[in-house]
Amino acid sequence: MSGSWTRFNITSIVLGFAFLYLPIVLLVVFSFNESKLVTVWGGFSTKWYGSLFNNKGLMDAAWVTIRVGVISATFATILGTMGALALTRYTRFRGRVLFSGMVFAPLVMPEVITGLSLLLLFVAVGLDRGFMTVTLAHITFTMCFVAVVVQSRLMTFDRSIEEAAMDLGATPVRTFFQVTLPVIAPAIVSGWMLAFTLSLDDLVIASFTSGPGATTLPMKIYSQVRLGVTPEINAACTLLIGIVALGVIAASLVNKRREVQRVRDEQAAQRG
Amino acid sequence: MKSLGSIRREFSPWTDPDAKPYIVVDKVTKRFGDFTAVNNLSLGIYEREFFALLGASGCGKSTLLRMLAGFDEPTSGRILLDGQDLRGIPPYKRPVNMMFQSYALFPHMTVEQNIAFGLKQEGMPKPEIEARVADMLKLVKLTQFAKRKPHQLSGGQRQRVALARSVAKRPKVLLLDEPLGALDKKLREETQFELMDLQQNLGLTFVIVTHDQEEAMTMADRIAILDKGEVMQVATPPEIYEAPRSRYVASFVGNINMFEGKVGEKRGDGLAIALPGGPTILSETGGEVPVGSDVAFAIRPEKIAVSSRQPAGGANVLEGEVYDLAYLGDMTVYHVKLAGGQVVKASALNASRISEDPLSWNDKAWISFRPDAGVVLTR
Repeated sequence: MSGSWTRFNITSIVLGFAFLYLPIVLLVVFSFNESKLVTVWGGFSTKWYGSLFNNKGLMDAAWVTIRVGVISATFATILGTMGALALTRYTRFRGRVLFSGMVFAPLVMPEVITGLSLLLLFVAVGLDRGFMTVTLAHITFTMCFVAVVVQSRLMTFDRSIEEAAMDLGATPVRTFFQVTLPVIAPAIVSGWMLAFTLSLDDLVIASFTSGPGATTLPMKIYSQVRLGVTPEINAACTLLIGIVALGVIAASLVNKRREVQRVRDEQAAQRG
Repeated sequence: MKSLGSIRREFSPWTDPDAKPYIVVDKVTKRFGDFTAVNNLSLGIYEREFFALLGASGCGKSTLLRMLAGFDEPTSGRILLDGQDLRGIPPYKRPVNMMFQSYALFPHMTVEQNIAFGLKQEGMPKPEIEARVADMLKLVKLTQFAKRKPHQLSGGQRQRVALARSVAKRPKVLLLDEPLGALDKKLREETQFELMDLQQNLGLTFVIVTHDQEEAMTMADRIAILDKGEVMQVATPPEIYEAPRSRYVASFVGNINMFEGKVGEKRGDGLAIALPGGPTILSETGGEVPVGSDVAFAIRPEKIAVSSRQPAGGANVLEGEVYDLAYLGDMTVYHVKLAGGQVVKASALNASRISEDPLSWNDKAWISFRPDAGVVLTR
């Protein structure tokens, strides 16, 4: 490995990045297009952002999406954490393999199948499709992602700190809330964020399980795009990309800083 | 007055027939599936005693400690603390605290909060907690580190936080699981004496688990040597070293030479042991062993003298040649190969700088020892 900029390296990097980001860059660029025609450049303008905030349909859909995301991510986090605890702590109960397989199956299950089966269930039990059914569906499919994230943290969790807490007089419940939960909190938070993001951009399952008055943003965008892409949609998508990117960058910066601080602290401690 | 080894302190309740042990382990067995970790084990530990459970890994010592703490329940048998049966009492209700091998400090709490944790669970009023924590910090010399998190401390500092946290509640018994295992050698030796001082100053009962025989010898009042979940011997460090009761204990602690042979004849309280190939060893002890039984005469290297000339006086003199030698500075260890092929280790203190009787590889050498310098082992 010479690490030098050979022509081959440069070509593959350029192609790779172009392949990944060119569509997004185009979308962002055209969201600032003056012209109403999406593919024809008519000069720079931010007017579509203004009209976006006056588009009641899109704003309503965004509000629905955020509420569904927050509620479903929260419940999915609680259930997923409980599942992860059960799977890592009670390793000897009957049917554990089956249970863990079933928790993780939705990770690879085609969304169409998840959506369709949930739809059949809601119809069978007579639940009117709407806000609640979308939320329930999102809890179901994001829960296993939370379980995976939390479980991987619990695998490396030093059980002796729980024993130490109990040894010092803390009941199991207090041990959980004062020791276990604070220590695995970062994993739970990232589980929540993952669940929220998944809920935010889900189209397939939402289309199956949603009803009147509970149109999510991806559903709204998709239906509008079928009538033709407007610069307004570009603007909405650009905002979404911006929010997600900001979140990811902020999270990784915080992690990075914490890690750097940790290493520095440890080195200082070793020096005495 | 004659004694086996030096006496560290005037403390020997186990020799008093009226003294009741504070902790009684009564015929305790612990099985994990098919594996028997602790097998029908009985022990008594006295109040204010520094008691060591010593054994190789997998001997059941940690399991026993965990049963004392309440993390595991015995499959059968009882554990009594101050007369109270501990069965069914969860760890958070037992008046014992444990110091963990990994220290198990709470990573999200400061040093101060770690030490205060147990006191808070007790519902102790805040000013008292603060005073106690300050005391503890002073005791382990960490006052200036009170606001640090565990990852900002060195290994030795973490060890002291763990210690402070486990004694903060003034438990009746402190259990220590390999407390010095993660420290380097120099720090370990310093900490051993700190632990001993702390135990005496606070007047606590310490039960320590270790696989390091030197650590057990240095710190403990008595040592229980465990093997395969059973007690091999419980005795003071000098007794363990000078009067082991089995081949296992003799060879587990320190270096030892074993002369395997048969009891030839009785001689008062002692006996004569016939070694294979002719020579006879005289022992002043072991008179109770019947003639003809297989025994081992076990003797420590430092109790064997090596000489290039045949010593006067005939008993317990064996001829051989220097097979190997190691100069260690303070002493020299000779490996002498006897006529029968057995290699005997003998160590000589280098008390003077210049040796009058230098021995080298392949030199002819005589080893000799007193009839009371070893013990006769039947097990």
